Amino acid sequence: MIKKTDNLNKNKIISRRLFVLVAAKIALLGIVTSRLYNLQISEKQKYEVLSDKNRIREWKTPPQRGIITDYFNNVIADNQRVYQVHLSLEEVSNFNNSIFKLKNIISLKEDEIKKIYEKKEKSKPWDTLIISENLSWKEFSKLNLYLHELDGAKPVLSTSRYYPYSNDLVHVVGYVGDATIQDIQNKKKIEENFVPGLKVGKIGIENSKDTDLIGKHGTKRYEVNASGKKISEISYNKETQGENLRTTIDLEIQQLAQELLKNQAGSICVMDIYTGEVIAMASSPTYDPNKFTHGISTKDWNEIKNNKLRPLLNKSLAGLYSPGSTIKPLVALAALEYGIIDTKFKINCKGHDHPYELYGERYHCWKKNGHGLMNMRNAIKQSCDIYFYEVARLLGVDKLSLIAKRYGLGSKVLEDFFSEERKGIVPSTKWKKQVLEQPWYLGETVITGIGQGYIQTTPLQLCLMTAQLANGGFKIKPNLIYDKEIDLDIIKSKIESEKNKSVSQNILKDQEFKYYERLYRNPNNLKLVLDAMYGSTNEQFGTSFRSRHKEDRYKFAGKTGTSQVKRITDQDRELDLDLEEIEYKSRDHALFIAFAPYDKPRYSLSVLIEHGGSGSKAAAPLANKLIKKILDRHELREKIRKDLKNIA
Amino acid sequence: MILSTSLNSTRYSFFDKLKAVDYFLIIIVAIIGSISVISIYSTESGNFSFYTKNHLTRFLVFFSMFLVLSFVRVSVWYRQAYIFYILGILLLLLVIFFGISASGSKRWINFFIMNLQPSELMKIAVIVCFARYYHRIQSSDIQSYKYLLQPIILLLLPCYLVITQPDLGTAILIAGSGMAIIWLAGLNLKYFIYSGLILLVSLPFVISFLKPYQKSRILTFFNPERDPLGAGYQIIQSKIAIGSGGLLGKGFLQGTQSYLEFLPEKHTDFIFTLFSEEFGFVGSMVLILLYTLLIYRIIRIGFSSRTFFSKLYCFGFASGLFLYIFVNIAMVIGLLPIVGAPLPIMSYGGSSMLSIMLGLSIVMSCKIYSRDPIGN
Repeated sequence: MIKKTDNLNKNKIISRRLFVLVAAKIALLGIVTSRLYNLQISEKQKYEVLSDKNRIREWKTPPQRGIITDYFNNVIADNQRVYQVHLSLEEVSNFNNSIFKLKNIISLKEDEIKKIYEKKEKSKPWDTLIISENLSWKEFSKLNLYLHELDGAKPVLSTSRYYPYSNDLVHVVGYVGDATIQDIQNKKKIEENFVPGLKVGKIGIENSKDTDLIGKHGTKRYEVNASGKKISEISYNKETQGENLRTTIDLEIQQLAQELLKNQAGSICVMDIYTGEVIAMASSPTYDPNKFTHGISTKDWNEIKNNKLRPLLNKSLAGLYSPGSTIKPLVALAALEYGIIDTKFKINCKGHDHPYELYGERYHCWKKNGHGLMNMRNAIKQSCDIYFYEVARLLGVDKLSLIAKRYGLGSKVLEDFFSEERKGIVPSTKWKKQVLEQPWYLGETVITGIGQGYIQTTPLQLCLMTAQLANGGFKIKPNLIYDKEIDLDIIKSKIESEKNKSVSQNILKDQEFKYYERLYRNPNNLKLVLDAMYGSTNEQFGTSFRSRHKEDRYKFAGKTGTSQVKRITDQDRELDLDLEEIEYKSRDHALFIAFAPYDKPRYSLSVLIEHGGSGSKAAAPLANKLIKKILDRHELREKIRKDLKNIA
Repeated sequence: MILSTSLNSTRYSFFDKLKAVDYFLIIIVAIIGSISVISIYSTESGNFSFYTKNHLTRFLVFFSMFLVLSFVRVSVWYRQAYIFYILGILLLLLVIFFGISASGSKRWINFFIMNLQPSELMKIAVIVCFARYYHRIQSSDIQSYKYLLQPIILLLLPCYLVITQPDLGTAILIAGSGMAIIWLAGLNLKYFIYSGLILLVSLPFVISFLKPYQKSRILTFFNPERDPLGAGYQIIQSKIAIGSGGLLGKGFLQGTQSYLEFLPEKHTDFIFTLFSEEFGFVGSMVLILLYTLLIYRIIRIGFSSRTFFSKLYCFGFASGLFLYIFVNIAMVIGLLPIVGAPLPIMSYGGSSMLSIMLGLSIVMSCKIYSRDPIGN
């Protein structure tokens, strides 16, 4: 029996102890409440952000590249619909199995499979892998047939770069390929818009204008679950296409130029002598840029790389050649401008038996029997070497170099537009001292007078030089992308006002010229040189007489050049072999520069055939065909020019 | 004058019994039950399917059981207290031999209609057993070693069996509610201090016996970012879910964390997280308030009871219930390490529901038969 007092006592203890317990509970409840307050009220925003990070995942969609057209709005770099197969990694249960099945359906090669595995290593589990970028319709329809067996495989209609005139424009437009780590690091625009599988310009306009062409990536935001599976699309910020570009190229002229160069190594450049628009810039041989879009095969790549005619070299602006006799108009002009000689200055060219002699060295003319008594006009027309040896000696290499640079040699024609463009060399005494650390020899001046020796030019430089002579001696701004700021009428009026400007004495000093400023002292000097070039093409004994146009509207003026690739020995001179008898590598380069039409010049061009032999035989005949085409298309081009101006 | 009446049971008319029922308590349980069904419904993204159906059925069955068993005389519980305890121990032993394993632990026995988790029943059995044990001990004897040792053994035995399953959470809850009764009975404070110190000293030793996953849970508790995708994942995601709920929550069926399966165990241990994400701080407070009212009603019944058994049982059960709720919520809000502990009534799980309803029916029985004298 429990005693009464004990009961009371026990009751008291229980009540007291319960009180302590309840107090403890209230305290713990307080802690829980304050913690909840902390989480849900004070730090709400932090956890909201974390929750959104959890549930929302962003996918970037690739931007569309801008379209590139020629001057006449023909598309030369397009976006084409392609059939692709993507593999959504999160939906694949067995990767090896999926690849094996895909291999049988779309016939993947071993090296392609290897690449896919490499790509997979770098991917995140929710990424999408591009298995094949360019399926044929047959493969694509087969894939769709077996789709139910392929978990995670997705047939995708995508776009990719396509060059409709494949080989004809590769040296102008370039090509695209997968963005490398270097591409991403070098260009901020690429880094900002990078999406796996993004194509970027590797060379040509595609590379130079990448920032404009690339566009802006889109963003798709999905709600995802804990395993990363997409549940629903929240928002889609659509990707934008890059800027469309209009080039100054005339597709038809470019195509003709490439056609003329077929099976030869060489270059043809055509330029508007006032606006500086590059109308054609062909380089041969070419290659197919479409092969690079989805990664070129090793076989194709080796074929291009090992071609002895070097298709990868853009000969128009990265090929360096001695200008040969094409420099002669410039040498003559320099001598006249500095007043070293006058137009009546004569030299007797007496053939190989009586060569030009300087300090015991002998310098021969190309003509075995000699030209006889030559004045300046005839010397240019018939390209007499002896005459220019002497003129160069009298002029000196430094004055020649100054004038040569003024008319466009020795610097990049398109400035930094193409990373591969080369400056070439316009030698001077100072240059030799600085670069070769040797003194200049007079003999070197003599051969520079006929465009041999150290002097190195690109075909595009020669084209610019011709343009700046033909337009009457004014500096122009060469360009490859249509620029509405460059207006023909404004340029012509600027030139007109420059013509009447009195010239300061400094005109013959080394100085910087602004665009459309006059480059000459006396207009008559220039006239004589241009007239001599007319003679060279349109008069008997002219070196390009055989390539002339008889019709007045196509009449042009030009100058041939034959650039030696090795020193001609006395033995060679003795043998006087035909072209076919000389080893290919030892044959001369054939050059030709011209402007047309003669009476109202508008276009300049340069032709170069590597190891083509003489300029008059190999290069000048091409100019004949080209000039006809250029002039036939003149009206059309001017119409487009007017239309574009009206739009602006 | 408790003992002045005869030992024979008091006679109650049916009307008396109905009058004595604590309807307020029943209403609270019903409300919490409804909230729990809604929450489970939300874990299934608003589909009335497997979990919701099961949970609803269980709630209805056990809720009815609670109402029916409330009319079992409290003296019956008193008399059968030790049997209940022994039955619990036997079931725990049965688990060792015939138990069902799931995710690395062996906790359940298949009883055809349901998988019973005896450790859950043991929570109540310990309280009933201890209430009876201390009912008859005089306050002067409580401090004696004999009466100290016996309950310790009674408590350690089930705890040991549960720990080895392994189920640290339930073992702690069993121990906690047992200790609560020992405390209420009046055991000197110093013993609690001593045992606390002993626990602290032996902690490194105890930890060395823990399973690797248990160790990692404890380490993770101190620094969840230690392993955000592994052991820390649950607690980080739970905190994100609760925190992003804000004041009013994301709305019913709108909890992205749970809907998008970032939340593990959302039906069971993390049901509070889901509820809190969808109903926010206000909802959480309402739920906690409901639990508080429930505990308050139980304590109130304890106060109005005349026997020590009833008082000890009610206070003990109230403390146990509080402990379950506290441990669960503290766990999901990152105040305690993750040890498996369900939230009473709310969490999906038959055994837990059964034991809580059973416990409540004894409470109600204490209320209805408050004038019943019981044993010596």
